Amino acid sequence: MIEMQEVWKTYSDGTPVLQNINVRIEKNEFVYIVGPSGAGKSTFMKLMYREERPTKGQIFVNNFNIGKLKQRKIPILRRNIGVIFQDYRLLSKLTVQENVAFAMEVIEASQRSIKKRVPEVLELVGLRDKINSFPSQLSGGEQQRVAIARAIVNNPSVIIADEPTGNLDPETSWEIMKILDEIHDRGATIIMATHNREIVNTLRKRVIAIENGRIVRDTHRGEYGYED
Amino acid sequence: MKIRTLGRHFRTGGQNVIRNGWMTFASTSAIAISLFVLGVFLLLAMNVDHLAKQIERQVEILVYLDLNIPSYERVQVQEAINKMSGVKKVTYISKDEGLEILSQKFGEDGDKLLESFKGENNPLNESLTVEVKDPTTVGKIATKIEKLNEGRTVPPIFKVNYGQGTVEKLFQVTKLMRNIGFVIAVGLLIAGFFLIANTIKITILARRKEIEIMKLVGATNGFIRWPFFVEGLILGLVGSFIPSLLLLIGYNQLLKNSSEEISLLIGRLLPINPYLFQIIGILMMIGVFVGIWGSTISIRKHLRV
Repeated sequence: MIEMQEVWKTYSDGTPVLQNINVRIEKNEFVYIVGPSGAGKSTFMKLMYREERPTKGQIFVNNFNIGKLKQRKIPILRRNIGVIFQDYRLLSKLTVQENVAFAMEVIEASQRSIKKRVPEVLELVGLRDKINSFPSQLSGGEQQRVAIARAIVNNPSVIIADEPTGNLDPETSWEIMKILDEIHDRGATIIMATHNREIVNTLRKRVIAIENGRIVRDTHRGEYGYED
Repeated sequence: MKIRTLGRHFRTGGQNVIRNGWMTFASTSAIAISLFVLGVFLLLAMNVDHLAKQIERQVEILVYLDLNIPSYERVQVQEAINKMSGVKKVTYISKDEGLEILSQKFGEDGDKLLESFKGENNPLNESLTVEVKDPTTVGKIATKIEKLNEGRTVPPIFKVNYGQGTVEKLFQVTKLMRNIGFVIAVGLLIAGFFLIANTIKITILARRKEIEIMKLVGATNGFIRWPFFVEGLILGLVGSFIPSLLLLIGYNQLLKNSSEEISLLIGRLLPINPYLFQIIGILMMIGVFVGIWGSTISIRKHLRV
């Protein structure tokens, strides 16, 4: 469960990015965050995994009170959230397998459970045969699948995806969406910021539109609603 | 932290050293080169200091006694000097011994040249050689010895000689050399420190993105820091091992090849044990410290993501 109450975010130079955001996302929801570039979507996402701090208001993610979260508790919060980015953000010096295993090493999982679990998730994202490749040897879509595998390997209840298909061609984008939908079916809450009209309008889910730092629309099974 | 996590950190640290091949090369060579220069200089400085000490130790006071001194009076003077503080040893040199020393100084022809002065014809004074504990006090003690003549109608001492003037200059030079050596050593240390720290900083700067990613996945600062610590340790060990080995081989060769020629000129070079081992110990300590310090300090600011 994610909840924001009267959340404001102003950057140090005084520019308001988010203004009076009130939103509640239930467990196992799938939500698209849409809106023009610079509207505040990314900041909205960053607040949830505490890369940004709200200037005012309260945010709850899985019982964590984000505004009051102590610096050293941030890693604990992030272990309960899987984050996926447009630019994949894989560790370039590690192989596919090691990148996914890293997330499990962080929570001090045993070698045995790592050896068992990592091939499982790589199977799920369809990368079983590339476990020993380095990110630079993979296509964009493959890299994103590794990132997804890493995000879900610890079974987090929330997945935050910031334009996960932004760098991918339509066909690959759909492969990624299939995986995310599958993860959703298995019980995860998914919040995904996107510019992809076709996806939003085809795979219908709840749509929250942000413009000029405010939520201007929040509809279940909504439409993308912008011309590209 | 669980034991298996500690094991993981050491594995990852070692893996980083190998996979960051180029960066590893850059930082280890920075460490190795700085420490090599420092090591060579320390070796040089220690040998110069050793040489200076040898020269200083040769400083002694020659007390020429009166030509007609009776032997009981000679013994009195000898005992009086022996009692003075700072005096290590007093050696009596008879007329014959004096001639012997002189003839040795002339070399092979000495015996022939001085033959006519042997026995009754010996014109030399009896003398006392005074060795002192601290070479720098030689002037003061010489003055004290001269004062033994005071109040005596027939002064027992003819002349006191310790190389007045020259000895003072020698001490000035050795003192200056030591000071300059110290300043250069400190300068090299600081320069090396900055070179190494900077190189390591750059290598870690390049990994700033990686650190950010690790934090996003939920890694704690400690978890991120450990492998860097291990990596710094390895870089420091390798970086100080290389110059140590080079110094050991090089100095050993130097000792072997030049022992005869050089030792005659300037005295013996210091042996490898313990002196070079001390230097190697210092280099290892600096290397490891700088390696760890460089890598852990440099990531600190990146950890506040």
